[in-house]
Amino acid sequence: MVETGTQRVKTGLAEMLKGGVIMDVTDASQAKIAEEAGAVAVMALERVPADIRAAGGVARMADPTKIAEIVEAVTIPVMAKARIGHFVEAQILEALGVDYIDESEVLTPADEEHHINKWDFKVPFVCGCRDMGEALRRVSEGAAMIRTKGEPGTGNIVEAVRHMRSVNEAVGWLKGLREEELFAAAKDLQAPYELIKWVHDNGRLPVVNFSAGGIATPADAALMMQLGADGVFVGSGIFKSGDPAKRAKAIVQATTHFADAALLAEISKDLGEPMVGIEISQIPQAEMMQERGW
Amino acid sequence: MNNIKIGVLALQGAVREHIQHIEALGVTGIAVKRPRELDEIAGLIIPGGESTAIGKLMVEYDFIDAVRAFGEAGKPVYGTCAGMILLAQRISEGGQPLLGLMDIEARRNAFGRQRESFEADLDIEGIGLFRAVFIRAPWIEATGEGVQTLAEFDNIKVMARQNQYLASAFHPELTGDVRIHKYFLDMIEEA
Repeated sequence: MVETGTQRVKTGLAEMLKGGVIMDVTDASQAKIAEEAGAVAVMALERVPADIRAAGGVARMADPTKIAEIVEAVTIPVMAKARIGHFVEAQILEALGVDYIDESEVLTPADEEHHINKWDFKVPFVCGCRDMGEALRRVSEGAAMIRTKGEPGTGNIVEAVRHMRSVNEAVGWLKGLREEELFAAAKDLQAPYELIKWVHDNGRLPVVNFSAGGIATPADAALMMQLGADGVFVGSGIFKSGDPAKRAKAIVQATTHFADAALLAEISKDLGEPMVGIEISQIPQAEMMQERGW
Repeated sequence: MNNIKIGVLALQGAVREHIQHIEALGVTGIAVKRPRELDEIAGLIIPGGESTAIGKLMVEYDFIDAVRAFGEAGKPVYGTCAGMILLAQRISEGGQPLLGLMDIEARRNAFGRQRESFEADLDIEGIGLFRAVFIRAPWIEATGEGVQTLAEFDNIKVMARQNQYLASAFHPELTGDVRIHKYFLDMIEEA
């Protein structure tokens, strides 16, 4: 029997992206620069998160013309973002043939209670999380890939580190629990018991977990890999820097050779200006993107 | 316990799953990140991933000539999906770095985009019925002399062998089935 859209096919693509860098791009020429640098996929966007933050207002799914143009320009997978809970944007993205949908806190949420029922789709979804409970709630809704959120558009790695450590700590904690303690853990984390049990038994998240939100340098990417990320998303960090092509290539190499300090030193040389970062405490609470998602 | 060590090229892609399959056979699996590590292994698997990304990193870190020399010394190499593309002598469209070790022509993303990705049962010569997972998969457009087709899907070639080289368009590492890895281990033991 031939089957499409199975969970194995959906999570399988995420497995193929491991050890790689997924780059935010806003047009065909940026997509080509990303592919040339060795990106494993591109995220098609109207604006990078730093510009969404600066522009304010409501951020929505990108114009389909723009997404189609990016799909045409490259042979690597193309991802695109839908608003949290906006299942019609997701239906449109699926119809456009994008390879992965990011139900993303970078855009303005469309539903403050429910996420998209991702089991309804053949195209796989990636979702953000700050901790284990949020990750497993997204997996229970059908997400085939997770990314820790960080704080998008800041060029500041501190939130990405916080979220990755939080997930890893929870993996260690769940692994160490006795079987009868898993029921209370499910209640505490507000996540389904079956998934809690899976993490307890296997010692990792049930799907691939990338790091996102604040990566601006090769060292940032290698830090997240050493902390246990399966790969990284780089949003504003590349095309808001002085020399995007060079920085993109350096971040790809750092993600592969994340544990080789001598090589990282070579890779990090002479990359031009990194994006200007934002100190997290300077961001008003209401503008923190990571708070979006339930 | 077998003393043989099998390497998995670990520049990018589904490395962990191949190593788990290798170790399920009682053999040591090694993630290969630098060419000098090829000296330690008896066979190499080039995993699925993005073939353009893996190809560029192979050029950057001097793997192209090193893996060619490894294969030409008679040591078995198995490529899955992206790895199959890298083993090919030619690709049907576009350009990217290739090892050119197998006399096949590969077509990238031949089965379509992710929404067309699928799983299906294949009848593999020498192995039998096998649940195969195809993800944005390539196919084998043409084979040269001396290349044996091991499996087809809808009359399209999706698995082939040429002496010490083995290629599949699909991902045996994404299922619990280790028979193809066992087949590759047998190739190593015969080499």
